Formats: sequence, structure tokens, C-alpha cells
Amino acid sequence: MRPILMKGHERPLTFLKYNRDGDLLFSCAKDHTPTVWFADNGERLGTYRGHNGAVWSCDVSRDSTMLVTGSADQTAKLWNVQTGMPLYTFNFDSPARSVDFAIGDKLAVITADPFMDVTSAIHVKPIARDPSDQTGESVLVLKGPQGRINRAIWGPLNRTIISAGEDAVIRIWDSETGKLLKEETGHKKTITSLAKAADGSHFLTGSLDKSAKLWDSRTLTLIKTYITERPVNAVAMSPLLDHVVLGGGQDASAVTTTDHRAGKFEAKFYDKMLTEEIGGVKGHFGPINALAFNPDGKSFSSGGEDGYVRLHHFDADYFNIKI
Amino acid sequence: MADVLIMNETEATAARLGIDLSEVDYDSIRLPPGEDFGIISDDEEVYQDEQLELDSSFGNIVIVDNIPVVPREKFEKLEVVIRKIFCQVGVIKEDGIVMPVDPETQKTVGYCFIEYSTPQEAEVAAEKTNGYKLDKAHVFVVNLFTEFEKFMRVPNEWAPPENKPYTPGENLQKWLTDEKARDQFVIRAGTDTEVLWNDARQAKTELVFKHTYWTESFVQWSPLGTYLATVHRQGAVVWGGAATFNRLMRYAHPQVKLIDFSPGEKYLVTYSSHEPSNPRDAYMVVINIFDVRTGKVRRDFKGSADEFAIGGTGGVAGVSWPVFRWGGGNEDKYFAKLGKNMISVYETETFSLIDKKSLKVENVVDFCWSPTDPIIALFVPELGGGNQPARVSLVQIPNKEELRQKNLFSVSDCKMYWQSNGEYLAVKVDRYTKTKKSTYTGFELFRIKERDIPIEVLELDNKNDKIIAFAWEPKGHRFAVIHGDNPRPDVSFYSMRTANNTGRVSKLTTVKGKQANALFWSPAGRFIVLAGLKGFNGQLEFYNVDELESMATAEHFMATDVEWDPTGRYVATSVTSVHEMENGFNIWSFNGKLLYRILKDHFFQFLWRPRPPSFLTPEKEEEISKNLKKYSKKYELEDQDVSMLLSEQEREKRRMLKEEWDKWISDWKRSHEEEKLERQKLRDGEASDEEEEYQAREIEVEELLDVSEEVLSEF
Repeated sequence: MRPILMKGHERPLTFLKYNRDGDLLFSCAKDHTPTVWFADNGERLGTYRGHNGAVWSCDVSRDSTMLVTGSADQTAKLWNVQTGMPLYTFNFDSPARSVDFAIGDKLAVITADPFMDVTSAIHVKPIARDPSDQTGESVLVLKGPQGRINRAIWGPLNRTIISAGEDAVIRIWDSETGKLLKEETGHKKTITSLAKAADGSHFLTGSLDKSAKLWDSRTLTLIKTYITERPVNAVAMSPLLDHVVLGGGQDASAVTTTDHRAGKFEAKFYDKMLTEEIGGVKGHFGPINALAFNPDGKSFSSGGEDGYVRLHHFDADYFNIKI
Repeated sequence: MADVLIMNETEATAARLGIDLSEVDYDSIRLPPGEDFGIISDDEEVYQDEQLELDSSFGNIVIVDNIPVVPREKFEKLEVVIRKIFCQVGVIKEDGIVMPVDPETQKTVGYCFIEYSTPQEAEVAAEKTNGYKLDKAHVFVVNLFTEFEKFMRVPNEWAPPENKPYTPGENLQKWLTDEKARDQFVIRAGTDTEVLWNDARQAKTELVFKHTYWTESFVQWSPLGTYLATVHRQGAVVWGGAATFNRLMRYAHPQVKLIDFSPGEKYLVTYSSHEPSNPRDAYMVVINIFDVRTGKVRRDFKGSADEFAIGGTGGVAGVSWPVFRWGGGNEDKYFAKLGKNMISVYETETFSLIDKKSLKVENVVDFCWSPTDPIIALFVPELGGGNQPARVSLVQIPNKEELRQKNLFSVSDCKMYWQSNGEYLAVKVDRYTKTKKSTYTGFELFRIKERDIPIEVLELDNKNDKIIAFAWEPKGHRFAVIHGDNPRPDVSFYSMRTANNTGRVSKLTTVKGKQANALFWSPAGRFIVLAGLKGFNGQLEFYNVDELESMATAEHFMATDVEWDPTGRYVATSVTSVHEMENGFNIWSFNGKLLYRILKDHFFQFLWRPRPPSFLTPEKEEEISKNLKKYSKKYELEDQDVSMLLSEQEREKRRMLKEEWDKWISDWKRSHEEEKLERQKLRDGEASDEEEEYQAREIEVEELLDVSEEVLSEF
């Protein structure tokens, strides 16, 4: 089917997130306003105004009432999804990069970038049920990785935190004690993205070394490697079929030097098990920075450096691909 | 392999420290003097050799034998003569010439010692002046003093030399006997150089040999494929062998930049240019010609770059490479260099000029050898504002006889193309129009093998068309031309023969509007790739010239190079590191089917290993192509076996993957189930865990909007 082009952002997209029901799509961009859309027809529902810098990521609570966003204005904010009102602001000493709600939505993990003399850190914040009780305290702060931590997510049962970033190392931390449990160097360059499976049992990392890797969340065993032709900026896994999607493209600074075909701005589909390429979805006029699958697995959306979100509903043929 | 191991270690260390090795400029690293961190470099041996020579204190003395025996009064005169000869080679020390005198006869004894200031000079002197003819009776025999002892040990009585048992050398052409008749190629990507088999049947490559940091600038096959040459700061090295690549010979030439093999790969020409001490001076050029097998320098040329920079364009530091062009087919008999108003032709028996003088041709600007015969085609441009016409002539070597000559008028430029068998020569002539404002192009076609070498003039249908490319069919009688001013030019094919053999050139066809700017004939003829490189982003068309039909069109996006394998079965297209993205190569079948593609970052070179010419006679080849069915049967069966095996392997692989995958899935399912209760607890007992409780139901709702009754009129 023809993709739906959603033009609401004025700057490159950074992150996309569906709510659990799959009816809302949240998008973050380098402009300052995260936006919520109807996931079915791409209609814009509203924006969340209040940030004063690029917004790097977001997460929505299970019941779709609360949104958390991390921004370059050195804050992370909690929002009321329905009204668009900010509920609370967490302040940091450096830009907030990645946010993720824990199972039960009572905790959130937020990463802060290295900035001036401040090193990068992973903060665990308790989230109060009633926003008026919310405080800015961290229950745990993890430090150690060199460079930016591009993504930190909760492991199974909130027992661990999985982080990855510029140092190309994937780490698993104990979320109670803050102890580093495991680390694995499989990638050769910055890990740009990390997406976990619907059941949290495994996750996929994308890296500038032109590959994506599939890992077991509990043991941090490398299961699969997907080789592509360009740096990977975004990854997603289909919840329905054994497919993974990789998005990326040549560096934004080199885009204008060549034909757009040279940039490889396609979202590439791979067979999860065979690690073979199935196909690609073209369309963006710049690298793909964000990818997300609808929880029903019947549509996905991509966000590009070009400022567009493209919403794709799969054709019937897609569900019968055989390789 | 030790250095490879060290490399691996280095890479591991670098990865640990987070250093990207590809961004490290190795040349910028300066080790403290005398420190090698335990790594012995390849050139250490060479270096040590030199050290030894420096240590010997008599290294700078030579002994000259066979000088005239003269009485005392002529001593001085003789010394002057000798000094004159020997100081051309190097600086002779003060009182460096010692002539022993026989105390009885008071005459010289017929030899003398000469002391140079450095051992190198002595070495050069021994090499150069040995065999110098002073006059008929006195041919100098010059030896190094350090070697004298060796000569002293020569026993007085001749003993027959021991018969050494014959040890056969390695079969350097073993690769030709590959059972599957595959071809090899070398690729250079990043720091690795690999030689690979092209296993087209299995659509993959098979590694023959891999070496990290094998060369410092580039690699090159010798023309018959026997050797692979690598280029280093200290010189060139050739590699080869039956099973793997061993170092066969080293050719010391500091700072060598370019190398060139003679067509029969007997000789290797190496070139270096050196910055002058005075910036106003021209670059110094050193060219050595080595014997490939012995590694000895057969002749060297030194001089300022200007002397070597005549004619031609491009090249390094103004010199058009190759400076020496080899002629006379595969026998490596002659080589020639363009000079000012002359062509210097050397022969390899003595490595001196033929008849001791160059071929004088006023204002010659370009020449080229016939690929098979000792014939030179040369071009002289117009002189005196058109008073003296431009001229193309064919000169036979070694007798320097002019075989044919053609005068051409109002010529702006000329290019010569030989057919690979030396049967035809095409000269592309750009002429000025009458107004002299623009040029148009025509061809002069020489039939070399026919009596009196007839010349034919060919003009394109539209003679104002610009010629973009021209190429002869290898070993054939056809040629292809890309011409036109459009963004999509036309391609025309011509034949030197016609149906009734009238000996006239005839046009076969013109295909219009092709996105092509380069022509690549199959080495076996018949097929041609029309390639649109650079501006056309790598468009490829595979064309059958026998049937005059296109077989396939394809694209290798951004392709920079196209190369046929030496048998004409496969085509390799590659994107080299001039582009940042997409580096790597594709292998196609001759009819344009993509067989496989391999991506490599920082891809520099792709070179098929050349094959020597076939030993089959033309009759035999004809016979084979006639009875192709008979011969191909065996191979078809093999092909079938391979494809069966492949699909079997593929199935097996998939089964394994599936098993492994299913194990993971069941693991995950189990732990997910085990953790279910705890997860619910985390969610404050919320029952719905995941999608299993969440169901999408389709509900049909019927709504009654309105009911009305209407009586239709009855008939």
C-alpha cells in the first residue's frame, strides 16, 4: 500500500514509539516538540510543548496515560498523554538521551550524555503513581561506559538494565545493586540503536559498522548478525513474523555529494533466522533515523533525516513471503 | 606468517583501546632510532647486507687488469688516461691509482689498483668499466679488491665441475591446471591483499593466498600471469609458486613508484623520481631494467625528468608511463623510448641502441608498437603552420625501413589503435574544419598484413559526431565506436571484411541512444560490454556482435572498472575507493547474469590473473568450436552435480539454522512462562500479561435505519 507521509516535524526525526494498543504513534525529532499521531491513518493528534532542545527518545506507559521524553535541553519530562500537559521535569547536568519505562511503569531508566566534564550516566528514577508525588531522586546511578550511551533498556523482570553506545560495548547491569554483570564487544563501531523483542527475551542492536546483531537478553549470547551496506541508525523487529528491519544510510554530512540512490536510504527487511535480505522499502530522502513496528505487526513506520515519518501498512503479499 | 600474527595482535590491541586502525597514518609514526619493538621488517636483510659491505675496509678498491705495459717514461700518460676513464664513474681518492712496477724491466706489470671514496662507487666501476675497450689489445678486466681472494683460491688445474642433480623448480604455472578450469584474481582492500579463485559455479570465491600489508602501493600481474609483483619502498618483489605465493625475486630500487613488465615477462622496468636538492632543478628520474629471473640490473637510465617527459600526457611527475614501450611481440626483443626529435630503440641482446643510434624523426610526438611484430607506428604533427603536413608512418625494426607513410592535412590530433594481432592499425584523426573553429573526426585504417599495406579512410555517417571510445575486437576483424554529441551517444560496429571479401570496411550496425562511454570487448571476441561509467553511474549492456543483439542490460551502481577474465567467460565490475560507498565487486557471466557480489570497504584493485596464450593451433580451436556439443557434455554433467550439491548443502544449512532457532524460541517461551507470575506482580497484579489475553474480535453490528413499504404497480 502507498505509505502515508506524515509531515509534522521541521527537523530530522530521532525516535518513534507505538503505544501498546498500537493505535497511537509517538514521534520525536530534533525540533522541540514530540508529536502523537493516529497510527492507522497518520492524522496528527497533538504535540507536547515544553522542551527547549532536540528530543532524543520517548516511551509511553502501558496504559497509554503517561509519556516520558528525553531531550538535549538537559531534561526528561513526564507528560499526560491525553492533555499534553507536562507532569514533571527531571533535570540533568547534560542532555538526556534514552528513556525507557520498566515493566509496571514504576521505574524509568534515563541516560545522560557526557558533556563538558560530566561523564555519561544511566539514571534509574522511580515513577510515582500520582504525578503530584513525583520527585527527581534517582534510586540508582550507573557510570563507567566511555562516550555516549545511546540506548538503555530494562531486561526481563526489571532485574537488569541493558545499555549500549559509542564505545560499541553492550553491557548488562544489575538494576538493584548497579553491578556490571556482563559485557560483550561484538560491534566494531558505535551502537546507534537497540530494540527489544515483544517478550523482552532478545534484542537487536544496530551499529555504524554496517551490521546489526541479535542477542539473548538473559545470557548476552550473540545469536545472529545481519550484514548490510551502510551504517545502521535504526532497527526494529516484527512482532508477528520473523523479520527484522534495518534503517540507515550514509552519514548526513555526505548525503549531498552523491545521487540519492548511493545513500541507501532504504529500510531493509531481513529474515531473522536466515539473516538474508528479503526486500527494501524506499522513499526517504535522507538516512533513516528511527523505525518502529506496530505491535500488531501489520504496519511499521520510519522516520528520516528528511523530517518525514512514513507510515507503511503491509500489503497482503508481505505476510506470504517465502525465501 | 609471523607478521600476520603480529598484525592480529595489533588489531586486537587497537580494538581494545578504541582506535580505528584504518584511520591511523602509519607513515606518520616515527620509531626512536634503533628501536624496532621486536618486529623485524622485511628489508632488514637488505639493510644488513649493506652494513657488511661498509665494514670491509678494502671495499672501495678495484683492480684493473689488462692495462698496457709501458716503460717508466710513459707512466704519467697512462695514469692520465686511466684516471680519465675511471673518474667518470666516481671520485677517485687522492693517490688513489697505484701501478705496480716490475723491478727488473722497469715497466708496469699490466694491472693497477684504483681506490674510490666509497664502496658503492667501486662496485659501479667494477660493473661498468669491466670489458672497457681501450684498444683492440687491451680490454680491461675490472674486479673488486674484496673479490680478489676469491679468484686467488681458484685452483690452477681445471677440475670438471660437479654435476649437480637437477632440481626442478616450482611449477609457476600450476594455476592453469586447475581441475575446474577456474581463473584467479587479486584484490586489494584496506590493508589486505588477497588472491582468490573465481568459483562461478558455486557463486563464490575461494581463497588462495592472503597477506596483510603485502604491498606498499599496488600489485600487478606479469603479462602472462606467472608472477605477481608487489611494490615496496625498497623496490619491487615478484611472487609466485605452485600452491601458494612465495617470494621469488627482489629488485632493489629505492622509492620505486611504477613498474612495467615486458610482454614476454623476461624483464621488469622500474621507475622512481627523486626530488632535486635545488627546487629549481627538474626531478631526477631513475629507471632500471631488471632481468626477472636473475634479478640483475641489465641496464639503468638516470637523468632529469625532462628527458623522459617527452610525448604523451599524464603519468607521474610529468613522465608518461611506460617510458619504455616494448615491441616485437612476446620475445621481448626491442624496447623504445620517445625522445626529442627521435625514437631511441634498444635491443635486449646487448641492451644498447640498435646501430648505436636513435631513429631520427623530426618533431615526433607519439609512437606505438605493433603488438606482435617489430613495427613502430609513429605520428608527426603538422609543421610550419600547415606547410608541412602531419604524417603517420610505419617503421620496421631493426632495419629502420619505412614500410608505409600517410600524409594528413589540417590535423589537430591523432591517436593510434592496433588490433591485438597486429593485423590492422586504426588511426583516429581529428581534423580542423575549414574555419578552424571546430574539429571533426575520421579514421585511417591500415591493413598491415596485406601487400603494400592498403589504407582506407572511414568517416562516420555524421562526421561531426564526437568520438567517445574506440576498441578493436581482440584477435578479430571488427571494431566498435561510441560516437555522438547527445547525452546518450550511439554505438556503431564495423567490420574490416565484407561478405564477398572485397577488402572494404563495412558498417554492421548502429545502436542508438546508449548510456555508454567505454567499450570492453571479451578477450575471445564476439561479446562486448558497453559500459556507462562515471557520469552514467555504472550502466552495463552485454552485447553479442555476431548476432547484433543485446543480451542483457544491467547496472552496477557507481562502477569504476570493468574487466573481462582472460578466457572471456566472466566479467568483473568494481567500485573502487574513489567512491566512499558501495566499494566492492560484482562477477557477471559473459551474457550479463549477475553471479555474485562481494562488498569490501576501501577497495583499491581488482585484477584478473592473465593467462599465457593457448597452445592450441587455430585449426584445433576451430575443431573444438565446431564440435562443442561433444566437449561440453562432460562439463554440463559436472555443472549439474555442483548445483545438486549446492542445493543439498543449502537445505542442510537451513535445517541446522532452523533447529538452532527453534531451540532459542522454546527457551524464550519457557522463561517467559516461568516469569509470568512475577511479571504480573510487577504490574500490581494486573492480569492481562501480554497479547494472549488481548484479543481482537471482529464484531458485526447491524443497525436498522429505516423500514418502509412500497407497493410496486402491478400490471
